[in-house]
Amino acid sequence: MVETYLSPLWISLMTVFTATTITFFLGIAAAYWMAKYTGKLRSFIDGILILPLVLPPTAVGLGLLLLFGKHGPLGQLLLMFGTTVVFSWPATVIAAIVVAFPLMYMNARGAFEQVEANLQAAARTLGASEWRIFWSVTLPLAWPGVAAGIILSFARALGEFGATLMLAGNIPGKTTTIPVAIYFAVQDGDMNQALILVLFVLMISFASLAALACLKGRTYKARSIISDRAIQ
Amino acid sequence: MIMAVVSGCARQTGTVNVSASATLTDAVKEINELYSQENPNVAVIANFSSAGTVQRQIENGAPVDIFISAASSFMDALQKEGLILDDTRKDLLTNKVVLVVPADSSLDITDFKDLARDNVKKVAIGDPKSVSAGMYAQQIFDRNSIADTIKQKLVLAGDVRHVLTYVESGNVDAGVVFATDAKSSSKVKIVANAPDDINARVVYPVAIIKAGKNIDAARDYESFLFSNQAKAIFEKYGFSVISK
Repeated sequence: MVETYLSPLWISLMTVFTATTITFFLGIAAAYWMAKYTGKLRSFIDGILILPLVLPPTAVGLGLLLLFGKHGPLGQLLLMFGTTVVFSWPATVIAAIVVAFPLMYMNARGAFEQVEANLQAAARTLGASEWRIFWSVTLPLAWPGVAAGIILSFARALGEFGATLMLAGNIPGKTTTIPVAIYFAVQDGDMNQALILVLFVLMISFASLAALACLKGRTYKARSIISDRAIQ
Repeated sequence: MIMAVVSGCARQTGTVNVSASATLTDAVKEINELYSQENPNVAVIANFSSAGTVQRQIENGAPVDIFISAASSFMDALQKEGLILDDTRKDLLTNKVVLVVPADSSLDITDFKDLARDNVKKVAIGDPKSVSAGMYAQQIFDRNSIADTIKQKLVLAGDVRHVLTYVESGNVDAGVVFATDAKSSSKVKIVANAPDDINARVVYPVAIIKAGKNIDAARDYESFLFSNQAKAIFEKYGFSVISK
């Protein structure tokens, strides 16, 4: 019966790492773009991007279900390629990305807006490409905010329950993440399993907090070198 | 006879908390409306969940006065723990277990065994540990020796109504529900019935909870469940009422 404990742990870890990685790139791309964008639709787009944070996860789940369901627009599109997302492992990743995205986006955008434009301009005069400016000037300077975004979205993805249950369902060994497994273990009256799974989550949480401390400490060094260089 | 008992009862007051298996949602709601009309001083509060969930709630001291379960096993557990009033436990209804597919399904599923086929990707059942219909589904799968083959296809739902919704939406290829659930939806069609001996076990017991705050009113409500008026409603939704 070890399987019943380890399988949700394994599924959760796979889901969370995949989702956090994708959220990282989506989040910084959107944040970088929005930090510069000054058009009329700014607050509207901003609102849309933050929406999943404000909405109850069950509402997000319903939206995703309508979108990816058999009769939904994306669901029909996927069906043409002979695949479905609802009640499959990728659904756990999609749900986690959608709910975690606003945290990555908000933190990264705040951090990008704080980066002094002079430093980017200086790099530009030295002939650096925009791509290079982003990776060697903007991102390192914004790193503490971005790092916080990574950890927060990781934590949010790990705890995701409502949208996951609606979109990915409860298929033991396939889509049953730790939060879903805890819920069903309690329903089934299996307190031991529920408590062991809670312990797993606690361990992952402490590990991610330690990772945050590590991540921030390390980047301060990188950051000072790069900003010195940029100033020179 | 029962009618005479009901109308002969002293007027009840207070609140009756009814917890019932999700499969009873529509029927019990309608019965409650009728009961409230006849007993305006009684507030009936209904809660619908899987039978296993209600069992946990009662064990953990939730305010439940009367429990209608879609399977005997959950009631047996409560009785063993001494949480129900033994003399109030009665069998109320019978039902049947069926296999349903979306109304527009083209997979040609005609038997439980067909679920093992490769083109059947996902099958919804209630979580066998807490949902009555799921428990019966598991027994049928075990019987047909397909339990292991289809394990990876099984989407376990929190109650039988979720199973029905999953099938209605077409996001699963098939699901196991009660005949009454299937009857309530035009978006699903019944393609197979459970074996007779499994259907014979599908009995819905009702009992009053010992810790209830309003046992007199609960008794009155329980006898109302066995009245001809309630019987007509149960039968309208496709349940068979066990006559005493």
